[in-house]
Amino acid sequence: MDTILFLIFAVVAVVCAFNLVLQTHPISSALSLIGVMASLAVLYLLLGAEFVAMAQMIVYGGAVMVLFVFVIMLLNAGSEKASTKAWFAQVAGLPLLLAFVGLLGFLIARALPDTRRVNFGSWVGGTAQEIGRALFTTYLLPFEIISVLILIAIIGAVVLAQKEIE
Amino acid sequence: MHAHSVPLTWYLTLSVILFALGVAGFLYRKSVITVFMSIELMLNAVNLSFISFSYELQRIDGHIYSFFVMVVAAAEAAVGLAIILTVFKNRRTLQIDEVDSMKL
Amino acid sequence: MNFFVVTLIKIVIVFAVFMTTLAYLQWIERKVLAHIQSRTGPLRVGPHGLMQPLADVFKLLSKEDLLPPYVNRFFYLLAPFIAVSLALTTISVIPFGPEVDIFGVRTYMQIADLRVGILFVLAIAAVGVYGVALAGWSSNNKYSLMGGLRASAQMISYELPLTLAIVSPLLLANELSFRAISNSQGGYYLGFIPRWSIFQMPFPQIFAFIIFMIAAFAETNRIPFDLPEAENELVAGFHTEYSSMKFASFFMAEYANIVNITCVATLLFLGGWHPLFPAPYSNWVAPILFLVAAGACFAAGARNVRRNDRRTFPFFGLAFLVLALIWTVAAIAIIPWLSTILLAVFWFVAKVGFLIFVFVWVRGTLPRFRYDQLMHFAWTFLFPVALINLLLTALFVALFTRS
Repeated sequence: MDTILFLIFAVVAVVCAFNLVLQTHPISSALSLIGVMASLAVLYLLLGAEFVAMAQMIVYGGAVMVLFVFVIMLLNAGSEKASTKAWFAQVAGLPLLLAFVGLLGFLIARALPDTRRVNFGSWVGGTAQEIGRALFTTYLLPFEIISVLILIAIIGAVVLAQKEIE
Repeated sequence: MHAHSVPLTWYLTLSVILFALGVAGFLYRKSVITVFMSIELMLNAVNLSFISFSYELQRIDGHIYSFFVMVVAAAEAAVGLAIILTVFKNRRTLQIDEVDSMKL
Repeated sequence: MNFFVVTLIKIVIVFAVFMTTLAYLQWIERKVLAHIQSRTGPLRVGPHGLMQPLADVFKLLSKEDLLPPYVNRFFYLLAPFIAVSLALTTISVIPFGPEVDIFGVRTYMQIADLRVGILFVLAIAAVGVYGVALAGWSSNNKYSLMGGLRASAQMISYELPLTLAIVSPLLLANELSFRAISNSQGGYYLGFIPRWSIFQMPFPQIFAFIIFMIAAFAETNRIPFDLPEAENELVAGFHTEYSSMKFASFFMAEYANIVNITCVATLLFLGGWHPLFPAPYSNWVAPILFLVAAGACFAAGARNVRRNDRRTFPFFGLAFLVLALIWTVAAIAIIPWLSTILLAVFWFVAKVGFLIFVFVWVRGTLPRFRYDQLMHFAWTFLFPVALINLLLTALFVALFTRS
């Protein structure tokens, strides 16, 4: 059952990621990215990370991607125009990519021979209580710095997107 | 037991594949919004890797790092899209090849 | 019995009841609006217009299902699908009652009790924005695009006060699952004040409830916040280009969102299925209420106002008498599981029904906000107030709770 669920959502994620890279109109890419995020959220649930899965859907899928979709709809720039790429990229792009994936996959299989098997429900430590405890004890300083970072980002975005004062 | 569990290396391989696709989109595409979305794809792949290792070590720290990655990605998306809007207002184009007035 | 079989039975029951509720919610809305506006509403199709939803379904199904050639086909077809499927998914984490034991099968009166149930509802509300945005954009029509973007911007702006208003009772209950939140609201202070979140010490969540209701009106695009879909403002907003079944999907999604958000409000603030005063006395509220309703029906039928009513009202009176009989059986507690189910469902439906009545009441009473007034209200008033409420709740919980 776990295997079937993993395979379904992994295939959905990879197909949506391919779609993101291959589609010409940005709105199709945006929706494919939302598909990737949703299937990753299910995979996080399978890995016992329930709070992070819900946070992923609320923050990423419900806020960040809505921002992307709004910008694409408002700018309305249309599909990407086809352009010629460098000959090196056209010739060696795909083989190098496959080599990269193969190398990393090989390294993972070699360096981590006896990892656990993932069983839905075998680790229940991903609860909100645990994350809250860790955030407010061990990771308090990064938490406060992140708050300041968000404040900087809000101010920056508001200033950058203002109407120009003539 | 075998049919009900998945080796963790499968999750890590999926993370590698998504990351590689993100790199491919980042290097290959010419529309700045699609490039930005490929960056988000790479960040998501890294999040999956963090959560997988958190499961492996049975600790909550991977979830916290993944949380921070999400928050930083959200902040970056906000500022980055504001920058894209400003560039579009001035250059009227979203292709990164056409914003080349500082080229030698 | 097997977990899957029990869950399947629950899904079938909840789905059937939910779809019927959605259809008759429209009847309730039209009748209540009509009586607020001193007219009668649907009256002819069946007794007191009770067959009106059926007639509406026939009408919508028999309309031509257009697929305009100038729309972006994939997104045009995807948008109502997203809207409806997300709106119907939320009901699966809503508990209707406590644990019940039917012929040896112990089960919760809830389809799935997620440990992060409230976050699931928030996630679905967050992703539900795409249905509206895509509908507006794919219709290739500037009115639809404006309506869609305005509706989505309104929904994401009001998600912030909604989330903050949701977090405040969570601080009191200290749990994220709906079942645990409802369980923490059982019991009574001083023997007769229920421990619902709006009355709960150390900080009664009455402000959070008001903020939640205001944000709920905005999230579901109801008056006074329904500028993006108002008929006399933007043609019909984001669902201008939709016809027949797809339009019906958006309608169904809107009513399903209303039911979902009132269910969430009941569970978080009004104590879920817990009765208003302690157990042996509160069992009799249901039969007494139904008897009063039956008496009102008979009395109204005896007056000579409308000739048709003299024949139809006594039937409603009889129906209410049958309901009173069923709930008397439940109150006497002859069959324990039946009594648990019926009483819990009565209190839950009574509270949800009251909140839905408030939704329709506000629709009939208030005028619409202008769009910039709406956004200004969300960001400069509602969000700071929700934040202050959260801070005060946290302060009182930290000072007055021994943990």
